[in-house]
Amino acid sequence: MSKTIPVIRNILDANNRLADQLRNVYAENSLLALNLMSSPGAGKTSLLERTLSDLRDELRMAVIEGDLQTDNDARRVAATGAQAVQINTEGGCHLDSSMILEALKQMDLAALDVLFIENVGNLVCPAEFDLGEKAKVTLLSVTEGDDKPEKYPMMFAQSKVLLLNKIDLLPYVDFDLERATRFARALNPEIVVFPVSCRTGEGLEPWYAWLKDAALAERR
Amino acid sequence: MHEMSIAESLIRIVEAEMANHGLRTVQRITIQHGALSTMVPEALDLAFEAMTLGTALEGAVLEYEKVPLSLRCSKCETTFSPEVRSLHFAPCPSCGEEFAHTVLTGKELNIAHIEGDT
Repeated sequence: MSKTIPVIRNILDANNRLADQLRNVYAENSLLALNLMSSPGAGKTSLLERTLSDLRDELRMAVIEGDLQTDNDARRVAATGAQAVQINTEGGCHLDSSMILEALKQMDLAALDVLFIENVGNLVCPAEFDLGEKAKVTLLSVTEGDDKPEKYPMMFAQSKVLLLNKIDLLPYVDFDLERATRFARALNPEIVVFPVSCRTGEGLEPWYAWLKDAALAERR
Repeated sequence: MHEMSIAESLIRIVEAEMANHGLRTVQRITIQHGALSTMVPEALDLAFEAMTLGTALEGAVLEYEKVPLSLRCSKCETTFSPEVRSLHFAPCPSCGEEFAHTVLTGKELNIAHIEGDT
């Protein structure tokens, strides 16, 4: 006999339930978890190197590094003195909550204020997978073009923070900060935009202020 | 190509529903995906086909229902659906506001229903 069964469930239900577990773990430890996303080469690791070094005395931070291969990024991050746990996805284009739960086993969360999850470099897939984070933070470098928020709406629509990186290169590229910001804001009422250069350090202070405020809010 | 992960989750849910409702085979699975969703139906078809070979789900057809983007204006609260071609330059038809609209629908990635035989 033929039957039609109504289901109405989010397909990524299993991941979302693990993400809820992660949310509880972060909350129990008053930990600010941030999901850092961008294209490959936009400057996620450079941003972390700077942030971890500059705020070393103010915040206790650690990183989960997601890459297809190599532990290059984890080694760069570890050189700042922060703990870095590497996840190699072996071809997987995004991190999911089960990987994060696994990585957390190697970390002392009670001794941390901020956990950065550096996602796999990709402007598409990571946007669909909730990692239980307090905020998604997207980096876009000015060499990539100001139309990216328009072309990859899901990622920018989901993010609380947008860092426009490599602004030291603005004289050499056709990138309109205002246009990129406008497209990012079109579908996202609360996105906060920080133009920065991880190379020169320009514009990092407002990002640091946001980070410290957000970390403090978790401890209340 | 995160459709592999999506297919894996989809198969798990369908298998659980089959057990719950005593279905032996499944002919059709209807999926709702929003205009903003990054899932590519052709890629999901491919992943689903590869992962169900030799199982009770082999040969099941995935049907897709696209959920349009609908927005609520940040200024006057009018609800509207922008033309797909200008998804991101979506001035409100009633007051012209261009910024910070709230996404009401368009991010979905749901199973709607499955059809099969007991």
